[in-house]
Amino acid sequence: MIQVKKLWKRFGHREAVRGISFEVKPGEVLGFLGPNGAGKSTTMRMITGFLTPTAGTVVVDGFDVAVAPVKARQRLGYLPENAPVYGDMSVLNFLRFIAEMRGFSGAARDTRAEAAVQKCFLDTVRHQTIDTLSRGYRQRVCFAQAILHDPPALIMDEPTEGLDPNQKHVVRDMIRQMGSQKVIILSTHILEEVEAICSRVIIISNGVLVADSTPAELKRRSPTGRLDDVFRQLTVTDDVSDLTRKEVA
Amino acid sequence: MEALQRIWTVAKREWRSYFDSPVAYVFIVIFLGLAGFFTFSVSQFYEAGRADLRGFFVWHPWLYLVLVPAVAMRLWAEERRSGTMELLLTLPVTPLQAILGKFFAAWGFIILALALTFPMPATAFYLGRPDPGVIFSGYLGSVLLAGAYVALGMLTSALTRNQVISFILAVVGGLFLILAGFPPVTNLLVRWAPAWLVEGVAAFSFMTHFETLQRGILDLRDFFYFFSMMAFMIFCTQAVLQSRAAK
Repeated sequence: MIQVKKLWKRFGHREAVRGISFEVKPGEVLGFLGPNGAGKSTTMRMITGFLTPTAGTVVVDGFDVAVAPVKARQRLGYLPENAPVYGDMSVLNFLRFIAEMRGFSGAARDTRAEAAVQKCFLDTVRHQTIDTLSRGYRQRVCFAQAILHDPPALIMDEPTEGLDPNQKHVVRDMIRQMGSQKVIILSTHILEEVEAICSRVIIISNGVLVADSTPAELKRRSPTGRLDDVFRQLTVTDDVSDLTRKEVA
Repeated sequence: MEALQRIWTVAKREWRSYFDSPVAYVFIVIFLGLAGFFTFSVSQFYEAGRADLRGFFVWHPWLYLVLVPAVAMRLWAEERRSGTMELLLTLPVTPLQAILGKFFAAWGFIILALALTFPMPATAFYLGRPDPGVIFSGYLGSVLLAGAYVALGMLTSALTRNQVISFILAVVGGLFLILAGFPPVTNLLVRWAPAWLVEGVAAFSFMTHFETLQRGILDLRDFFYFFSMMAFMIFCTQAVLQSRAAK
């Protein structure tokens, strides 16, 4: 469904992503892990076509993102980092706009927007201007926008960021539910989230893929049986370990 | 067909966002106020005793110079600053479609403001017998001029996330395009430059082409000039957006 082949991204002198390859099939919920600046968001932006890779290809449902970007994007739902939404619009108008951009018109447009409002529990704020909503609501509006057209693949950059524990729980349930039929790639900092919803984990460090496994398998690798130990072991770079050593000394 | 639908959807959203904020109302009031002030007080519309609108149209390049960048500066800069550019450009839309949608919304908005100056020709028709053809071509020239300014403002807006910088760049660019054909500037060149250079520089100017239309002359070359100006700026905007993705 989604094939990522030898993806590279260079920003000036900095190489943010260095040759990442993987493939995701329907029914898989893939968790993207890595420290800040490891290249998670950059990789996701290349999958959605927002950034052009320096080298490598991304194929979504048979469509090369570089060759047929519109066709590939029709098959994707994307929740970008920090959940950007048009703040001057009301929730319902925003979702109608997205529905229209997704090719729905007339009654179908309104039905789609309405369904997304219901699914993401936005009923009480439907006519409110997005700028006046709290962080959690904005996040859910952006989530609603991503799933509105029922895409076969979902890319979500930190989908539970800024949500309270109850909202996190709801969003995780939704992701788990959708995960049985869709391809889902999500990034997160929360390791317990990975255990709770992901069927597969990829760990990126310094732009390189350092692990591609299941949460259970990764835990087995750790002497303590905890995911965060494996995570640290795989991603702590020399300068950080130097720092810890100095602190200990 | 799908492409047109997407352009239309982007344009509608942009258009609505002008009216959801005070921008639209402030702009229209100031545009009409200034247009009226310059026409009646500075050009002395009544005292001139001529039933034409030259004293009205002559101010448009200067009004647009300051006001159009204020309308266009947010088009891309705001999307960049708030991060919605990532949302918009990962929807099934090409950058060109998004650019055209925004361009037509902003241009349409200026045309609306211009249409609201209808009391001006109405007054001229009430007081005398102006040539309707000249007034029509005057409005046509103003519409085309506004389009060129909008395209310029949109380009500078794509260059930066800072709306103030976008505004200033658009004003400077517009000023250049006005002055290139302004007699004081061309006279300066005439003294030493060969005629082809003077004409070449003047041909680049808004003024040269706006002038002919003000005199009621519909020359294909002027249409070609304004439309190629718009096309060129739109093309550059697209190049800017694409280079950002590949950076």
